Amino acid sequence: MEFLQPSTWEEALAAKAAFPDAVPIQGGTDVMVEMNFDRRRPDVLLDLGRVRELADWASDAGSLRVGAGVTYARVIAELGAMLPGLALAARTVGSPQIRNRGTVGGNLGAASPAGDSHPPLLAAGAVYEVASAARGARRIPAHEFYLGPKRNALEPDELIAAIYLAPAAGGQQFAKVGTRNAMVIAACSFAVAVDRSARTIGTGIGSAGPTPLQAPDAERYLAGVITDEGLWESGRLPDEAVLERFGALVADAARPIDDVRATASYRRHALTVMGRRTATWALRDGR
Amino acid sequence: MRLKCTVNGEAQEVDGVWEGESLLYVLRERMALPGSKNACEQGECGSCSVYLNGNLVCSCLVAAGQAEGADITTVEGLAREDGLHPIQRAFVEAGAVQCGFCTPGFVVATHDLLRRNADPSEMEIREALAGNLCRCTGYTKIVDAVRLAAERLELERRQA
Amino acid sequence: MRGAGQDGRTAVRTLFERPALGVGERVVRQDGDLKVKGEFAFSSDLWMEGMLWGVTVRSSHPHARITSIETGAALALASVHAVLTHEDVPGRKTYGIKRADQPVLASDRVRYQGEPVALVVADSPEAARRGARKVEVSYEPLDPVVDPELALMPDAPRVHDQGNVTASLHIRRGDVVAAAGAADVIVEGEYEIGMQDQAFLGPESGLAVPTPDGGVELYVATQNLYFDLDQMCESLALTRDQIRMTVAGVGGAFGGREDLSVQIHACMLALHTGRPVKMVYSREESFYGHVHRHPGRLRYEHGATRDGRLVYVRARLLLDGGPYTSSSPSVCLNAGSTAVGPYRCDDIDVESIVAFTNNPPCGAMRGFGAVQACFAHEAQMDRLAAALDLDPIELRRRNAVEVGSAVATGQQLEAPVPVRELLERLERLPPPAAAGGDGDLLLLPGGTSNTTHGEGVRRGVGYAVGFKNVGFSAGFDDYSTARVRVSAVHDQPLVEVHTSAAEVGQGGIVIHAQIARTELGVADVMVLPADTDVGDSGSTSASRQSWLTGGAVQAACIAVREELIRRAAGRLGEPEDEMRLVEGRVETASGLGIELVELVAADPAVAVREYRPRRTEPLGPDGQGHAHMAFSFAAHRAVVDVDVELGLARVVELVAVLDVGTMLNPLAVEGQIEGGTAQGLGLALMEEVKVNGGIVANPSFTDYLVPTILDVPRIDSEILELAQPDSPYGLNGMAEAPSISSTPAIVAALRAATGRPLTRVPVQPTDIVAAGAAIHDLGAA
Repeated sequence: MEFLQPSTWEEALAAKAAFPDAVPIQGGTDVMVEMNFDRRRPDVLLDLGRVRELADWASDAGSLRVGAGVTYARVIAELGAMLPGLALAARTVGSPQIRNRGTVGGNLGAASPAGDSHPPLLAAGAVYEVASAARGARRIPAHEFYLGPKRNALEPDELIAAIYLAPAAGGQQFAKVGTRNAMVIAACSFAVAVDRSARTIGTGIGSAGPTPLQAPDAERYLAGVITDEGLWESGRLPDEAVLERFGALVADAARPIDDVRATASYRRHALTVMGRRTATWALRDGR
Repeated sequence: MRLKCTVNGEAQEVDGVWEGESLLYVLRERMALPGSKNACEQGECGSCSVYLNGNLVCSCLVAAGQAEGADITTVEGLAREDGLHPIQRAFVEAGAVQCGFCTPGFVVATHDLLRRNADPSEMEIREALAGNLCRCTGYTKIVDAVRLAAERLELERRQA
Repeated sequence: MRGAGQDGRTAVRTLFERPALGVGERVVRQDGDLKVKGEFAFSSDLWMEGMLWGVTVRSSHPHARITSIETGAALALASVHAVLTHEDVPGRKTYGIKRADQPVLASDRVRYQGEPVALVVADSPEAARRGARKVEVSYEPLDPVVDPELALMPDAPRVHDQGNVTASLHIRRGDVVAAAGAADVIVEGEYEIGMQDQAFLGPESGLAVPTPDGGVELYVATQNLYFDLDQMCESLALTRDQIRMTVAGVGGAFGGREDLSVQIHACMLALHTGRPVKMVYSREESFYGHVHRHPGRLRYEHGATRDGRLVYVRARLLLDGGPYTSSSPSVCLNAGSTAVGPYRCDDIDVESIVAFTNNPPCGAMRGFGAVQACFAHEAQMDRLAAALDLDPIELRRRNAVEVGSAVATGQQLEAPVPVRELLERLERLPPPAAAGGDGDLLLLPGGTSNTTHGEGVRRGVGYAVGFKNVGFSAGFDDYSTARVRVSAVHDQPLVEVHTSAAEVGQGGIVIHAQIARTELGVADVMVLPADTDVGDSGSTSASRQSWLTGGAVQAACIAVREELIRRAAGRLGEPEDEMRLVEGRVETASGLGIELVELVAADPAVAVREYRPRRTEPLGPDGQGHAHMAFSFAAHRAVVDVDVELGLARVVELVAVLDVGTMLNPLAVEGQIEGGTAQGLGLALMEEVKVNGGIVANPSFTDYLVPTILDVPRIDSEILELAQPDSPYGLNGMAEAPSISSTPAIVAALRAATGRPLTRVPVQPTDIVAAGAAIHDLGAA
């Protein structure tokens, strides 16, 4: 096994180009589990932990660029006010020890449908920047990034550079169901983002399909009712029945299976409830 | 490969490290520092908690090479010259230690909590220690130990 | 909260004013300093120059014929020193605590997923794993027997040639058919218990070192050196004096180390290579490497009169033992013995059966049969209370056993029998704190996962009482051995206590030192490492160790004291019966005396004593007899907030009320109560080894969920100290009882909050929200 440790982004991309099978490692919270459990023996480990460019975030022209190496702990501490949905999700990731090491970029790289950062990023309409030495940078909208269970849109020579998303322009919420009150992998999860300036509702579903999903019908339905009834202006909450219907549409968008963490029907049911509750909170938050 | 880092204030240099092994393995098997424990090796129990460049981490999830040049503090590095660290003493006295396998991880995680928050509430203690599993104590005496340690550290500060 | 001892009922026998750190004191662990510093040597921390690493090749099938085992490719690797199979087992090819029916290494057939097939030893763990991947085992899969009920059918495929009944017990008293006629109310129920794992944090591990005489030394995490030793002698074809065993630091046990794991394997590798060999299981392997708690299906029928008196109980407890016997016969006995709970009932018919299957092997876990029974009988008592419109505590009080009552197996209970008192104390507990707390997310179901801000949350309160036999039962010749030595070191007396009792975290070593200080009045006591250089102290299980090894240590101390008095009497020319050991001196009433240190300066005083508790007997016909040496009783109140829409729960309060006999060390007693209660919480809400077609679906701490500090509330206890009549100092075995009643109390609280039947643990969110449940109905409440 070879261990590569580039210290700049350019070196990192060159390394990935030279060794397309290299497994990138950042906080190690996914990769090392597979190594320790004897599930994975890559020929090359590519440590991105020394790449300074990945560890920064910046605000630029109304958008935030969050480097792929920013840890969950920093998301909570430094970006919580601007990205409340992502910060809520980050707070549910593993444990303090995991949040100190795990990164949003790592979550994207692993592309597990259970990854906690996917739903809030989908809900907020994030765009991911990936890059290769040969072709430079390109941007992939979050909803086009997830191709299958633990499969994403990265080419073999590409690495994830950053996440672009706008600071919240309305309430954002995240909820996750698991049978333990801490340190639990999502049996299913849901994120909602209210954008009061664009007058849209965003959604993200975790652990209830082969990939993280969105619920476009639910988004359009709720935004439509709010617009039609003048609730953007009034700040009033939609009727209970509307929020109920939103929850049901969220559940309809899921494609869950039965597995060791939950049944498909429970996942749908939980999404109905979480959809209704989180939408209520998010609409209340941002008034 | 060769790995150089600083552990508990001492420069360490080990050869023949396999690239896929964890910092936990390096500490335990190559540096003769078995205080960090190997209970799950998947970041789900906190028994291997150490400081890596000042951050509380699970050493089982740090690839050996990622620790190159790093400053690491393990449970073995917390005791004071004149005896136990007040956190360690509190764990013993409060009855927060039974089999003791989780204890090093709890001690390091508590150390991290109390340097950030000198007077944590019960729920703050619980949230900070939610990554550390204990199978013997039911946690009640661990919470007591953290409070006792916080009080004693506060007293120390006032006397200093 | 802690109740004080009952006046006149506590009987600590001491010859002295209690010396500091003697019996009854809150003494802290003498190994505590090492443990908090990370310097305590657990079995997985051992290291020796030139040691090799062993790993186990395990079956990927739950049931299969082995057609070939190819070791050549593994052996061809430079770093691999040996690959061993069943052919290399020097002696008996099988082992087992009760029956030697478990292969040391599988030969022609595997009966569970994860069964050991071969061993690889190499220079490093990674090299050994690489070697293990090269061992090619060919299997011809067979249909696994996975349902214990179907396993008992006459035409079921056989896990063993003799059939699929591992153990069975039919208890009959009175006439249930006739009694049923007198019942005004009958409630029936069927209950299920999932497979719980001990989930001790220290993985199975040991270091085997070959000795020049062809024998081996083994340092290992175990609960019982001599159980291990005897099985090792058979399979390694060595005599007892060729194997020396030492308990290495044990990272928790809870029953999971009563059966062998690495013991024979590591010794085989060490003997084969002539090198020290270390084996350490990974967490995943640990799930395959030890027995679990028996899952069970329990069917109950309770009949009662209108005024709430039990008139009959009919029960069938079917436990899944997996493919090997382990301790199943004893679990079967205990489940049957406790099946009715601590309640009076003259007409009972209880069948307790353990079946062989190709699911993971099951054996000892804290509570040992009583946990399964208690979950069911307490659910039944609540059902009965509801049917009779009686308060659940009141119903229990009306039926509570008392002194002279018979348990299911007919044994009459001797004092103390505090069930009524426990119930009264439960009732007198201050009411739970108001719901809602301060709105802290962490106090709500779901915790940081942010699933509710109060919506759908209902509070429930539940109660349960349980009991369990203490010690080994049914005529087992149980005893313990201790050796005590008093010598002079630097002109001070030093007591050394030596037993083979495994310290697994419970604090036995602390108590042994306390006993020595109390009996000998000497401050400096050293508890030596437990090894086989001293006689058998038996198992650290069945809540027996304080009683038996405590008794042996006390007896040995008393013998040493007598020796010291003899010596002093001889030197001073005074009669022995006028001399006493007082504050480091042996002296007469008139004050003529001699320093203890002088008495042992030239010749240390040593005594070895065995302690035997009162005998038990095997059950006779109809499962009746005096099978148990004592019983312990515990009760819990649980307060649980439940998000009824999502089916998530948070236990907000847990109080244990129990009798522990005289406390030797309150700190250790509280630790056992709090830890046992938390394990019961785990079984109630989240802990289950999920097995599908004989395949374990969750062999990791990612999906086998152990309660975190955010799942377990502060556990309070109210402790009675009712002295046992015939135990050392009046203590009682108490380490299991708290793990028994906590599960049913929590589930009772969940039922109270949700109105759901909840007949299976761990309770899953789906059980609470129930398929097709009208969420509007639930949400609207």
